[in-house]
Formats: sequence, C-alpha cells, structure tokens
Amino acid sequence: MTLAEATRAASAARCAHCGLPVPGGDPPAPAEEPARGAETPLFCCSGCATVYGILREGGLDEYYRMAERRREPVASSGRAFEEYDHASYRDLYVTKRADGLLACDFYLEGVTCGSCDWLVERVPLLVSGLTRAELDLRRARVHGVWDGASVSLSSIARTLDTLGYRPHPYRGLRLERARRDEDRAALARIGIAGAIAVNTMLAALALYSGWLTGMEPAYERYFRWLSLLLVTPALIWPGRVFFRGAWAAVRTRSLHMDLPIAIALGAGYARGLYNTVRDAGPIYFDGVTLLIFLLLVGRFLQQRAQRAAGDAAELLYSLSPASARVLEGTGTGTRDVPVEALLPGMLVEVRAEETLPADGVVVEGRSALDLALLTGESRLVTVAAGAEVFAGTVNRGSILRMRVDRAGEESRLGRILREAEAGALRRAPIVATADRLSGVFVLVVLALAAATLAIWWRLSPTHAVDHAIALLIVTCPCALALATPLAVSVAIGRAARLGILVRGGAALEALARPGRIYFDKTGTVTEGSVSLLAWEGPEEAKRLVLALERHSSHPLARAFEVVWDAPPVEGEAVAKDVVYTAGGGLEGIVEGRRVVVGSPAFVSARASRPGAEGRGTCPPAGASALGSAPEGTPVHVAIDGAVVGRAVFGDAIRDDARASLAWLRARGYDPHLLSGDDPGIVASVGASLDFAADHCRGGAIPEEKLRVVEEAERRGPVVMVGDGVNDAAAIARAAVGIGVSGGAEACLASADVYLTRPGLGTLVTLVEGSQRTLAVIRRNIVFSVAYNLVGAALAMTGLINPLIAAILMPASSMTVLLASWKSQTFTTDR
Amino acid sequence: MSVIYIVIPLALIVVGVAVAAFLWAAKRGQFDDLETPAVRALHEDAPAKPAKENHDRS
Repeated sequence: MTLAEATRAASAARCAHCGLPVPGGDPPAPAEEPARGAETPLFCCSGCATVYGILREGGLDEYYRMAERRREPVASSGRAFEEYDHASYRDLYVTKRADGLLACDFYLEGVTCGSCDWLVERVPLLVSGLTRAELDLRRARVHGVWDGASVSLSSIARTLDTLGYRPHPYRGLRLERARRDEDRAALARIGIAGAIAVNTMLAALALYSGWLTGMEPAYERYFRWLSLLLVTPALIWPGRVFFRGAWAAVRTRSLHMDLPIAIALGAGYARGLYNTVRDAGPIYFDGVTLLIFLLLVGRFLQQRAQRAAGDAAELLYSLSPASARVLEGTGTGTRDVPVEALLPGMLVEVRAEETLPADGVVVEGRSALDLALLTGESRLVTVAAGAEVFAGTVNRGSILRMRVDRAGEESRLGRILREAEAGALRRAPIVATADRLSGVFVLVVLALAAATLAIWWRLSPTHAVDHAIALLIVTCPCALALATPLAVSVAIGRAARLGILVRGGAALEALARPGRIYFDKTGTVTEGSVSLLAWEGPEEAKRLVLALERHSSHPLARAFEVVWDAPPVEGEAVAKDVVYTAGGGLEGIVEGRRVVVGSPAFVSARASRPGAEGRGTCPPAGASALGSAPEGTPVHVAIDGAVVGRAVFGDAIRDDARASLAWLRARGYDPHLLSGDDPGIVASVGASLDFAADHCRGGAIPEEKLRVVEEAERRGPVVMVGDGVNDAAAIARAAVGIGVSGGAEACLASADVYLTRPGLGTLVTLVEGSQRTLAVIRRNIVFSVAYNLVGAALAMTGLINPLIAAILMPASSMTVLLASWKSQTFTTDR
Repeated sequence: MSVIYIVIPLALIVVGVAVAAFLWAAKRGQFDDLETPAVRALHEDAPAKPAKENHDRS
C-alpha cells in the first residue's frame, strides 16, 4: 500500500456511528458523509454497531443528520442492572407518583452535548412503558417516569447503557429538593427587587430633574408617595432577608455585614417615610431599593457558583459501585443486588477490574488486588483462598469468589469514611478576607454614623439625622459585598472549564498563601498503576513476548502491551500452547520458539542456559544498568531456554510532577510526601523528586495521615493532596483538601477542590489561579473601600444629597463588576 | 401633565403583571435549567412523533 492509498483509507474508513477512524477497516469507496451512501456502514466497535442498529430500527436515524454529535465510541458496560429491580433499591431511589407511575433520577455517564439530549429524551420511543425521560444537560441527570406494570427499571437502564450512557442512581434527592426551592425563592426575590428598583429610580429621576428645572409641588408630592408605595413591598418581601440576618447577628452578638445593611435600609426607609408625610426633605427610596437588588444579586451569584461545583463533585460521588454479584444458593447462578442489601455470610463474585463490595475472605480463585485507593500501597497483592480482603480494593487479576464478613458501615472502608466525616467536623474554618473585614467595617460605619449624628446635632439639629442616614446608605457595603463573591464566582466558573472543580471561595484564598502541602504518593505524584519502568534485552524479543502476553489478562501483561504495542508491531506473531502459572508467569510456543516470561525464580527454573549463549546478549545479573533502576517488580524473559531480557515494573512518577513541585517550591510552598506505601519506595520516589529525607514519610495508615495533618494545622493552614480512601480523613481535616483525578469517591466527597484532569500540572494552574483571584479580590476591596471613604467624607461634611448617593452606589458596584469580569484568573497559558 | 396620574399607575400595573409572570415562571422551575432547553429547541421534532422515514436515504 502506498502512502497516498493509506491516507485515503484512513480518511474514508470512519465509523458510521461515532465518526472515528475504523481500525483495520477495508477502505470503501470514498464517502464524505459516513453512513449515508448505499454501501454497508462500517463501525469502529461492536458498541457503535449495536446503537446504529437500534436507532435505525426505532426510526431515530435523524440522529445522524445532527451537526454536533458525540465523537466517542460507544462503550456500554453490558451489565444486566438486575439490582435495579430489587426491593431495597426501590425503597432507596424510586418514588411513586400520584398518577401511579414510578419516577427515578439517574446520573448518566458520557453525556456531552446536544445530541445526547436528543437521544436520551427519545429513549421512550425505544422502550414501551417509559413515558418520559428528561435530561438536565448541565448536571448530566435524567428524570425518568415509567409504568411499573409494563416495564422494569432494569430494562430501561439496560437501554440507556446500550446507547452508551451508563446510568447511576442519584443519591440525595431530598437535599436537592430543598436547594431547588431555595434557589427559586432567591430568584423570585431578585425579580421583585429588580422591578421595584428600576421603577423607583424612574420616579427618582423625575424628582431629581424636578429639582433642577422646577416642579409643581403637587407633582413632587405625587412622585414621593409613588416611591413610598413601591419601596414598601421591596422592603417587606425581598429585603426581609437582611433584617433576619441582622437579627441573628444581634442574638449571637456577632458583627455581621447584614447589621449595617439592615440599619441603613431601616433608617433610610423610616426617614423617607417621615419626610414624605411631612412633605419636605430628602427621601432615600431609590437608594434603598437599589441596595436590596444589588446585594441580593451578589448573594445569588455566590451561591450559584458554589452549587455548580458541588453538583459536579456529587456526580462523581455517585459513580461508586452500587451493586454486587451474589451467588445463588447452589453456587452456579448469580444475581445483582444493591451493595446496601449485602449481609454477612453471603457469597459474592468479583470479576476482573471490579471493586470489592465488602470486607471478607476469599473462598475461591487466585488474583492480584490493587490496594492503592484503600492503603496507598503501589504493589499489587496476590490473594488466594483464605486471604482476608477489603471493600474498596480493585480486583486486577481474574475472577474471585468471597464470603462477606462485614458490609457497609462495618467494613474497613466504612470506618475510614466515618473518620473522614469526623475530620470534616473538626476542620478549622478558613476565614475569608471579606469576612474578616466585615467585622471591622461594621464597627467603623456604626461609629462614623454615631459621630456624624453627634457632631451635626450641635451644629444644626435639623440636618443631623439626614446626614447620618446619608452616611449609612452611601457606605452600605454594596460593592464590598459583591467584591469577593463576584471574583470568586468568575474564578470558579473559569476553573471548571479547565477541569478544576472548586467548592468554595475560601479554599481559593487559602491556597493563594504559601504554606505546607502534603502529597499522597500512589496515584497522586505517581500514575497509580503498574507500568513498565525499564527494559533491557533485544528488540525482537518484544514481539515474541507480546504474542504471549495477549493470552493473559494479568495487569503486567497489559502493561507490556501499553508500552510496546504503539505503534503496532509489524507482522503479529501468534502464540500456541500457552500455560499460565499463578504467581509465576507465562510460557508458550511462539513461531516455533519456546518463550517464558515471569518472575526471576519462575524463569530461571525453566531456563537451562541462563544467558550463556543464543541471540540475546544478557549481561550477568547485578552488573546491569537495571541495578540502579527504580524499585519495582522484576520480570525476566527467556527464549529457547536462555534468559535474554529483564523488565522492571512499577508505579511511574507522573511526567509533570517534577516541574510542578519545582514551581511550588520556587513560590515558597513547602511540599511534603505522606504515603501509606512501603517507606523504602516512598524514600526512593521522594529522592528522585528532590524531597528532603525528612519531608518524606511512608507507611502511614489513614489514622496517622490524619494525625500528621492535624499536628501541622496547629502551625497554619495545611493543604492535603490525595486520591485514595486512605487520604479521605486527612483531606477532610486539612484546611484545603484536594482530590486528584481517578480518586476514590470517599476522597471526592471530602475534598474542597477536585482536579478532573490527571497530573500535577493542574495543581499549578489551581495555585496560580488562586493567587490571581486573591489579587482581584484585594483590588475589588480597595476600590469599594475607596468609594465608601469618599462617600463617608461627603456625608460627614454634609455635602451629600440623595442624588450623589444614587450615583455613587451603582458606580462602585459597576467598577467591581467589570474588574471581576475582565480579570484573567484561570487561564491555560502560563 | 396631569395625564401622569393615569399613565404611571397603568405602567405600574403592567410591571405588576410582568413580575407576577416572572414569579409564576420561577416557581414552576422555568429557570432551574438554563442550558438544556436552548439545545432542545434546535432538535427538529418533538419526541412524540419521530421521523419514520429517512428522506436522505438514496
């Protein structure tokens, strides 16, 4: 095949469903639009082919005419979702509606764009009995309504899964409902306050122009009463929240920002009312309504940004394994049940790549377990019948059967989770700059108002009250109240687009100040999975080893494939007579040559001539370059009885770890390594990343991690970065807890920040963005305080009137708004 | 000028209607999800009546 031919083939052979190139597909006649020509459509995988068939059959092939489509191969799990029909599942997640239909909310994996919305909402056409499916695109959540008599939930779930949207039960619907009502109420308040503020300002405009050009007293009186009519409902309905907040502050004897706001609103309204009735003096109604509106908007923005990040984190939380495969009495058939329904004594089957649902004992099978998320251990642990195993570990080998001893809260995982919850309760609150300032601010404003009143009382008692009220209104912390939330919500929004989910502004502020950062090792600083670290041996051996390893699902076999299979080796070899010895290795015949791959002991027992002659030039053990290689699991390769190659497998350090740590150190941060892995491995990884010896700590169990963080917190806020269940308690306790991509749910649930993209480079972006956000907040605060100083000075000297106040207030808010919006807090370019 | 005695109350009534409409919409959850409906409007037909025949098939 010439190069031109190859290029054409690559561009033409595209999957009819997802549009990706078809691997090894025959080049058909060039078709610009996939799946439109008369020729047989091609598919990149069986998942895509299935969905294509379903959509054609259901009359939904309009899907393929949509401009924007999901460009991903369909990956369905193929699960039966039997547990969805279980009674305990129904009690937990399904609600019965008034009309007798059933309803349930799911999170869907793989929802990306408008085409997903189209497809998911048409699922009722494919499943009879399902009456409605409504997708919330932003939250990736679908609300399904179905007739329990004609269709089962599991078949609905299976259809969604087949289409590539794996459903997960949505937890916490009750909390969601309360939040939703709260959001709607806040929105209603803003709407009313906004409408009233605009109309009051129109009336005020008439009054101000009346001052300049002269207005008949009758009209002036009319507009005053009109303003009073408008401001009263604004104060009673939307403005009520400030009075409630102020009252709470008074009762707890704390200085809250709501206090001066409530005083300003109350005093402004009372004075305006008095002046309206006696038909003389300024009214402050436009200022009062504008205040209410702007302050409510600030609060709403703040809440909204925090919700969005919280929603995303919750989505990830819901992705945990919610079912287990229980063996029926006879031990042949299996049945899916929700994890919540597991009881001690049950027999459970755990297939490769599945997470163990409970603590227990292995009864049958032999496999390698990945404990990384639970303990931080980077090496796989081999288990066989009789071994004690724990929930939350991942089966990386072959099928296992286990007896449940402790499930749910009783399990070791459950205990660690409780610890994490307790840690979150003990967490010292981070006091944000604005919160700290507000106390001072409240005192200063109240003192200034009192001083103004006292001084003017002596000079001219008729003006004293007006001046004091003008001061209260003009210094009302409108811009100040907006300063932090605006900057933070803009920053959180930008960060989310870069794959950084932040739960609150306080975390950003704390991150911006250099301090101690504890890093977990496995999965955080390192990749968290086994990979080929070093190889020594002839090139041609690779081909033979690969052919052999294709027969194994062992993690090491896959690690070989990942490194050597790209680009695919020319002319694939085929292995015959492959024998797998658990705990040892693989042997077989490839192209007539006997190939043995496995542990040094296993290989040397089968190799008669250890490196003596043959094609391989294997240096004697010990003197090789691998002698100084990173610690890991050694694997030897023998061909025709001669040991020709050695490989070392281990947990590779992430590519960007070194640069990111150097960046942090250069900016005054103090990174430490805190791991549950073997101290020797931790020390070697630490040394290669320039950690001082006393900055590395290995063998730390979850409780010890928590204790270390707690101790360090006494000297100042601590940041904890981790991915596992074993980090959850420490993450919950640290001032700022950061969960990294691929981490356990427990860790996500307790983290303030979640990095959805792998690597520590994102952490650098986060810290840099936090520092920029803090700078924006500071600038905003300086702006608003400056405006307030000018306003206060004018009010105290008696130079102010409601017109100046009405101009100053929105001007200061607008400055802060623009400054926040224009700020480049989180950007990819560095 | 005395027309403002009538016009302004009328305008306020209109505002009142608008606010009531907004409250009704907010209570019914019209503002809960601001993204999906924007996309949904671009889809050609309602879920109730799917295109049974693909006209592009040649």
